[in-house]
Amino acid sequence: MLTIGTGNKAVAAAVKAAKPGVVAAYPITPQTEIVEQLAEYVTTGELESRYIPVESEHSAMAACIGASAGGVRTFTATSSHGLLYMHEMVHWAAGARLPIVMANVNRALGPGWNTWAEHTDAFSQRDTGWLQVFVGTVQEAYDATLMAFKIAEDERVLLPVMVNLDGFTLSHIMQSLETVEIGDFLPAYHLPHAIDTENPCVYGPMTGPADYFRFRWDIERSMRDAKGVIADVEREFAERFGRSYGPTEDYRCEDADVIVVAMGTLGKEAEVAVDRLRDEGIKAGSMRLRWFRPFPDLDLSGREVVVIDRDYSFGFGGVVAHSIRSKTGIVPYSVIAGLGGQEVTYNDIADFVRNRHPGEETWFGVSDHV
Amino acid sequence: MYEIRIHSRGGQGGVTAAKLLALAAFRDGKYATACPFYGAERRGAPVVSFVRIDDQPIKIYSQIHEPDLVIVLDTSIMDVVDVLQGLKSGGTVLLNSAHAIAGCNGTCRHVDLTGIALAENLVVAGSPILNTPVLGALAKMDIVTLPSAEQAIREMFADERNVKAAEAAYEELKV
Repeated sequence: MLTIGTGNKAVAAAVKAAKPGVVAAYPITPQTEIVEQLAEYVTTGELESRYIPVESEHSAMAACIGASAGGVRTFTATSSHGLLYMHEMVHWAAGARLPIVMANVNRALGPGWNTWAEHTDAFSQRDTGWLQVFVGTVQEAYDATLMAFKIAEDERVLLPVMVNLDGFTLSHIMQSLETVEIGDFLPAYHLPHAIDTENPCVYGPMTGPADYFRFRWDIERSMRDAKGVIADVEREFAERFGRSYGPTEDYRCEDADVIVVAMGTLGKEAEVAVDRLRDEGIKAGSMRLRWFRPFPDLDLSGREVVVIDRDYSFGFGGVVAHSIRSKTGIVPYSVIAGLGGQEVTYNDIADFVRNRHPGEETWFGVSDHV
Repeated sequence: MYEIRIHSRGGQGGVTAAKLLALAAFRDGKYATACPFYGAERRGAPVVSFVRIDDQPIKIYSQIHEPDLVIVLDTSIMDVVDVLQGLKSGGTVLLNSAHAIAGCNGTCRHVDLTGIALAENLVVAGSPILNTPVLGALAKMDIVTLPSAEQAIREMFADERNVKAAEAAYEELKV
């Protein structure tokens, strides 16, 4: 059905279609309308699910861990400080190999208090073993959430997936949204190591130095396998529903001399900048990085690269810029822009490209930068 | 692309007006986005929201700096906010006012949305509802069609007085 809705409503609609057995969430700021809408679906009976309002985000993830291990599809949503508060359990969910799906509305971290878009919250969970995808439109928020369940629950993966959408700029804006009849796209939830009272097992026991690393390697092996699973699921989604996605969304990259790499809504805005630059004779392209974990293989050889980081690792640099440099060997022009919802327009992005200095880092709006 | 900036005060329904307008444009078969700019706003504080309408998918998420149309739901804001800032040359201003106000540099239109809301007794928590009648005015200005405006209103509000108010604004606005 074709309608119009916000990023928050799109995620909730996808979760409704996925029919999780449990939704656990802490409903206070910085929580979003995602769980508010899901609570309404449960109240009206549109979603038959156990909705568990808990006393903190830490408890929300703990409840998801118990439910998921208990053998039901499980969802939660959070944002910024809520994500940080559940950090310990975020690690646990991946280590316990539980295919939980979580939406994270990307917002900056305090102080100062700021509820606008930034990616540092998600990147702070970079090493937890969660898959992370970043979306750029309301439609993609819906589609990626549906696919997240299928990817997470694939037995070659069995890792949780975080669907990231920019605070306000995507979570609260209205765009067109086509919801689908998912049919048998999502098979019944099956967890090979689900708790079974007929077959009692020990969960989370002491694991000593002789064995612990094997479990860590197993996470990494699944993370590597996940690339193929993601491609399979995205291909099947395209065949069934007509919308195709990949590890990146490439726009006018084929013959580009310079490519802008950005994530989330800035990655869509960059496409408008590319059109303007092309009109001036600058052969620019845009590569919107969708998957952050597992980090995709990128073909940027022979191009100049401008990376926009809506994040920062203090004492080091832009997380995406350094990831690109590490993975491709290309030394990009690193632009730190959009922190805490800082206004960045397509004209600004075009300026980043016009004034690029590969190897340098610039903080947009800061005049005395390095 | 047609870009609209809506000025209102927190609690007056400017954000809902943006959503209604985007929904109506969508029902006309256009692409539309509604972007409220969330600040540390409080009831009564000046707020802005944005609507973009186009025949192509809209990729812009930043704020509207050069609007084609500025809507002012509360003209007292004009004492503290330069509502005409960035207005495109030849752009249009729609004021919620019973009278013309001097100082517009584009095409300036006015309609008494407050009066229309009060006549329909459309009042919530002591404030007249402006976001449904304004849809009628926008239909008169050919931003959206009147049937789509009415459909959008009915999709979001059950009370038919909202549709009546939009029709009244459609009749009253002089173009």
